[in-house]
Amino acid sequence: MSTLAEEIKKPKIASQSERPGANALEHEAIYIMREVAAQFEKPVLLFSGGKDSITLVRLAQKAFWPAKIPFPLMHIDTGHNFPETIEFRDKLVEELGVELIVRNVQDSIDEGKVVEETGKYASRNMLQTTTLLDAIEEFKFDACIGGARRDEEKARAKERIFSVRDDFGQWDEKNQRPELFDMLNGEIEIGQNVRVFPISNWTELDVWSYIQKENIEIPSIYFAHKRNTFLRDGLIWSAEDDVVFRADDEQVEERMVRFRTVGDMSCTAAVESYADTIDKVVAEIRDSRISERGARIDDKRSEAAMEKRKQQGYF
Amino acid sequence: MEVLKIATAGSVDDGKSTLIGRLLYDTKSMTDDKLEAIERTSKQKGYDYLDFSLATDGLVAEREQGITIDVAHIYFSTPSKSYIIADTPGHVEYTRNMVTGASTSQASIILIDARKGVIEQTHRHFFINNLLRVKDVIVAINKMDLVDFSEETYNKIKSDFEELMGKRDYQDQTITFIPVSALKGDNVVNRSENTPWYEGQTLLEHLEALDQKDIYNTGTPRFPVQYVIRPKTEDFHDFRGFAGKVYGGELNVGDEVVVLPSMTRSKIKDIYFYNEQYKTAPRRSSVTITLEDEVNVSRGDMLVKVGDLPTVDKQLTATVSWMDSANFVPGGKYVLQHGVNKVLAKVDAIEHKIHPDYSGIEENVTALQMNDIAKVKLRLNKPIFYDRFKDHRTNGSFIIIDSRTNNTAGVGFID
Repeated sequence: MSTLAEEIKKPKIASQSERPGANALEHEAIYIMREVAAQFEKPVLLFSGGKDSITLVRLAQKAFWPAKIPFPLMHIDTGHNFPETIEFRDKLVEELGVELIVRNVQDSIDEGKVVEETGKYASRNMLQTTTLLDAIEEFKFDACIGGARRDEEKARAKERIFSVRDDFGQWDEKNQRPELFDMLNGEIEIGQNVRVFPISNWTELDVWSYIQKENIEIPSIYFAHKRNTFLRDGLIWSAEDDVVFRADDEQVEERMVRFRTVGDMSCTAAVESYADTIDKVVAEIRDSRISERGARIDDKRSEAAMEKRKQQGYF
Repeated sequence: MEVLKIATAGSVDDGKSTLIGRLLYDTKSMTDDKLEAIERTSKQKGYDYLDFSLATDGLVAEREQGITIDVAHIYFSTPSKSYIIADTPGHVEYTRNMVTGASTSQASIILIDARKGVIEQTHRHFFINNLLRVKDVIVAINKMDLVDFSEETYNKIKSDFEELMGKRDYQDQTITFIPVSALKGDNVVNRSENTPWYEGQTLLEHLEALDQKDIYNTGTPRFPVQYVIRPKTEDFHDFRGFAGKVYGGELNVGDEVVVLPSMTRSKIKDIYFYNEQYKTAPRRSSVTITLEDEVNVSRGDMLVKVGDLPTVDKQLTATVSWMDSANFVPGGKYVLQHGVNKVLAKVDAIEHKIHPDYSGIEENVTALQMNDIAKVKLRLNKPIFYDRFKDHRTNGSFIIIDSRTNNTAGVGFID
């Protein structure tokens, strides 16, 4: 895997007959990235360390090369992230030479703005929203680029590419701007902001195939590894970190697993897998019969879980 | 992988969501957990079949009312293609959503209930597909199981629809008729044994056979500049790259170009995609172009080939589809966004309203309401560089933004 520093130096001259690859989704995403940089004064890329936001970073690199990415990255750190993700994040930012802003959910808890959930299903996933909205206000960000995809979940299927949020960060799904042809309308009032989703039209398989083709480095937890785990509600949970609640009768067992989606440790379950290379992961996704968010406990809370969170200003 | 965007249109209860659910199910694109949720809910509701519409009707309000109220995007793929379906509602009041869905699609499925035949809604759906110049239209005659898979019924609907086709103004559109039962799965992905009289392709076979060349309208190359890249680093000290997407045709290194509006001439020096140089920038590629000469270019400017100039004008006549709850009125002032270029626009006149069902026009109109379609005259504060919509789908369209609310209030197709 080549580092950005090596890659960015000089253009490689493709043979004179060649054309750039015809991945329509990639060209669309690059177009969107450029619209963000041109239409907004203070954009930011929301970076979680997950594969979707890593893909966004690569697309942003491509959109503005040979210049640096013209906006900072921001990570809303729940404090429950996988250590592998944080390590990866810091390394990537250093290579890119871009600014990284980190805001902590722990601070929101300490300031009394949100209250930690308790019990078996306690998660900081919901609490992130407050920290995110506060950070948007603090930095006066007018556009936040996120890695949400429409195929992830039913409510997200209705999301626009430029999705306007009001002063309270809320999503009004019944009053969305129509998006026609390629034209993106980023006009907003002061206090509003736009959530931008450049990979809206990508599926999980599209993202993985892209990571494979582009040879993009991703955190190790996406690949099969041995981990101490326990079973609950038919899902496999990591038993290696104390932020995941485990009852005494929940037996710890070592399993060969990987993570298909990397959210908060407390709400991300693992899947049994022997896919320890990107090629094997792509093959596994292609054959998979379970949707990606099937391993996200936060969506299982109710049929309308995601829609409710989005109205409140979630990613 | 190829990506094909498809718009769907049908009336309430035509079985649109069921058709999409069927496509997902029969192409094995529906995952087990989603399928289980559908089975569970179908059982709860006491149905003796799987209600595939549950897969697409995403919002709470939709589940409550049992209707689709906004554009939803659904994804599935086969080994050869990725499909994106824009599922748009079929109610009379939601013309705007249908126009929106069709604007990004290369193919469109119009659903007809075999029991009802061609109805007023069908006229509207076809009108919009024609207005938006969607290249490939599939007329899916659905619920064939409820008319005993009758060839006679199918033929009657087909000939009624063909009569409608006589009224269209976009003649290059390909139109294909397919008898289907979305509920039972006939001729959606798998061939039906119930329609031995039908020798054509199934819906999926038709989509699979569509070639990229057949589904994009071509025109002359246009390169609207989105963003100017100036790295100001040691390695790229003098680099000035013009970032944008190529529309209509392709551009090549060495092409003589004109920069609009300055009318300065230059030559394409390099074409970059990321850190690689190419000879050709194909249609719909997002590239970065450098020019031989030091030319002043900024966002909203356009590069075109010498001899292929678009119209440069401050006045235009267009068909407008209005999408906002605030009316469009003569004398009204708006922001007009043409590609990435924004100008101010004033409504000179509403010439006439066009009934979107081929039933004629209405003159002496004082205002346009949401879902109205009309011929209008606009005056701009600065010239834009446009083609007629019939010659160039991208460079011949614009959106209208209401500067009081910032809403996208309408879309226009230039005459």
